[in-house]
Amino acid sequence: MALPQAKLTATEARLDALTLPTGGWADSARREALSRVQTMGLPGARDEYWKYTKPETLVAAEAPKATVFEADEEALFADRDRLKIVFVDGVFDAEASDDLALEGVSIDRLAEATDIHWAKDIYGTLETAGQTPVERPLAALNTAFATDGLLIHVTATPSKPIHILYKHSAEQSDAMLHHVVKVDAGAEVTILENGPAAARFNKVMEVDLADTAKLHHVRAQGRDHERRAATHIFARLGTESVFKTFTLTVNGVLTRNEVIVELTGDDAVAHVAGACMGDGDFHHDDTVFITHDAVNCESRQVFKKVLRNGATGVFQGKILVKEGAQKTDGYQISQSLLLDDDSQFLAKPELEIYADDVACSHGSTSGAIDEDSLFYLRARGLPRGIAEDLLTIAFIAEAVQEVEDESLGEEIVARVEAWLARRRD
Amino acid sequence: MLEIKNLHVKLEEEDKQILKGVDLTVEAGKVHAIMGPNGSGKSTLSYVLSGKDGYEVTDGEATLDGEDLLDMEAEERAAAGLFLAFQYPVEIPGVGNMTFLRTAVNAQRKARGEEEMSSADFLKLVRAKAKDLKIDADMLKRPVNVGFSGGEKKRNEILQMAMLEPKMCILDETDSGLDVDAMKLVADGVNALRDEGRGFLVITHYQRLLDHIKPDVVHIMAKGRIIKTGGPELALEVEQNGYADLLEGIE
Ligand SMILES: Nc1ncnc2c1ncn2[C@@H]1O[C@H](COP(=O)(O)OP(=O)(O)O)[C@@H](O)[C@H]1O
Ligand SMILES: [Mg+2]
Repeated sequence: MALPQAKLTATEARLDALTLPTGGWADSARREALSRVQTMGLPGARDEYWKYTKPETLVAAEAPKATVFEADEEALFADRDRLKIVFVDGVFDAEASDDLALEGVSIDRLAEATDIHWAKDIYGTLETAGQTPVERPLAALNTAFATDGLLIHVTATPSKPIHILYKHSAEQSDAMLHHVVKVDAGAEVTILENGPAAARFNKVMEVDLADTAKLHHVRAQGRDHERRAATHIFARLGTESVFKTFTLTVNGVLTRNEVIVELTGDDAVAHVAGACMGDGDFHHDDTVFITHDAVNCESRQVFKKVLRNGATGVFQGKILVKEGAQKTDGYQISQSLLLDDDSQFLAKPELEIYADDVACSHGSTSGAIDEDSLFYLRARGLPRGIAEDLLTIAFIAEAVQEVEDESLGEEIVARVEAWLARRRD
Repeated sequence: MLEIKNLHVKLEEEDKQILKGVDLTVEAGKVHAIMGPNGSGKSTLSYVLSGKDGYEVTDGEATLDGEDLLDMEAEERAAAGLFLAFQYPVEIPGVGNMTFLRTAVNAQRKARGEEEMSSADFLKLVRAKAKDLKIDADMLKRPVNVGFSGGEKKRNEILQMAMLEPKMCILDETDSGLDVDAMKLVADGVNALRDEGRGFLVITHYQRLLDHIKPDVVHIMAKGRIIKTGGPELALEVEQNGYADLLEGIE
């Protein structure tokens, strides 16, 4: 089917502005991805899947400018023992990074790995699988044009987390990174990501978990205000594997985080959670698609959005339980705390179930601070602002609790507290 | 200490007058009890004094040690030394009981220009006070009042009171839903705080709490007014004869 003219024009304009990297094992995957983009076309305002989020600036040939944000605090995770890898505007910064050496893990850079590579079987493969039943053209665009990224193969549990730190330095930077993470049977790893990456950031992470493998992924987006970001995580989970991903998003004019998980082995566990703090010119979209294709798997989606001064939050979350995926335990909750009447939360929770012995629940709510709770706290002497902040932290707690490592959870909460405190009268 | 004069209160949103001229003075060191049938306005009085939204004072005044209470925010009243033990303590998921207590203690200290309590001092104090009230470590760790039984919630109120050391304590039906043992614990907690500088206003439906917390003065409230004031014998009279006789002829 031919693409509508507007979509075709926008897609061609975007593709014209890019150069396909060549040379190496990823060539065929890139070319195939390019042809997927050409067939699908890039997202347009009329696409059903982009009903609540405007894709224009994510698709535009030129990245809109974003003022570089100067943080007045130390970067998140900076105080812990970790393997640090830094990208500035999407460009690897060898000087600022640790040596890419960690026992139990092999780490290569996409831009440098030209020889035949283990990642060949995964790169673009999970993304392709994630294109059905819903198209995700920005992810295919990324597979084709990503300039760099990390290829992380975890063979044994490393002693410390891998920390990918992003920095933004040029006003109009347009970064595209593609990470591949493969965790072998029995290994367990934590990957941390944070920092403003670029004016516009398109990132894909493909995750392949072998049987009994475990990946903890904790990321923080922000505090840059003007960035636009479209990120995708494609995860394939083997038997008894565990994937837990949590994202804290603060600020940003436009962020769309898509997480696509396929539970392909029995007894696998996937927890996808997020909390976002939006104030004013802020649009945040969590789009999640979890497919249960094995027996006795558990999935949880827990999303909390704090919105004020006209901020917008979007949640599109789906649980698909395929035929034969019996004993599925699926849970989904998306909630927003609207701190004023100007802010809005748009939610589209979906369940599609083709097995008969499953327990799936979903719920979505939108509300203000509870007046009775607020009075109770104030009656004990807490000033209104502090009481409101405490209740706000309480509101996001269910999402933060999805972070298994409590000290990481505490770091996240501390950032949210600081964010709130900066806005307190 | 607490002086209420001719207090008239209506609901903000509705044309409904609830308090129709309440006069009441609680002196330092004294325990006053308010009894009265359901719906007579006892909780409303406690809410208005502590600063809950939704009520409009149409006439009268209320002062604490001469300071105009009605002019203050709820948190300012708390820092000034007013405490309300809620009839229905609120459950707050996600806020740890201990965090809540520490934040409250320090917020009040800060408001009064005092130094914050150190974590160690706070812990020591809260553990000792919790022990007296048979509140275990688990209850301190759990979110505020979430999953607490009725009795646990009321004991938690008394713990907060003990930690905050207010000068004027209002207890709204703290006895309701308590068995005899729990009531005794609560009463002991209250009695331990009785001293010359502190006033109590104990709102109760039944006389039995007053066996444990001996009041100096008993007021009967009905239809938004104090209709009778007397000594402890008034509570016994109500217990025996009910409110019917007292209510006769009251508009
Ligand atoms: N927020 C409110 N909304 C509606 N009615 C109220 C409200 N608060 C109090 N009232 C009414 O005011 C009257 C007194 O209530 P309350 O103070 O709770 O009495 P008591 O504590 O003595 O049982 C009752 O008729 C009650 O229904
Ligand atoms: Mg009452």
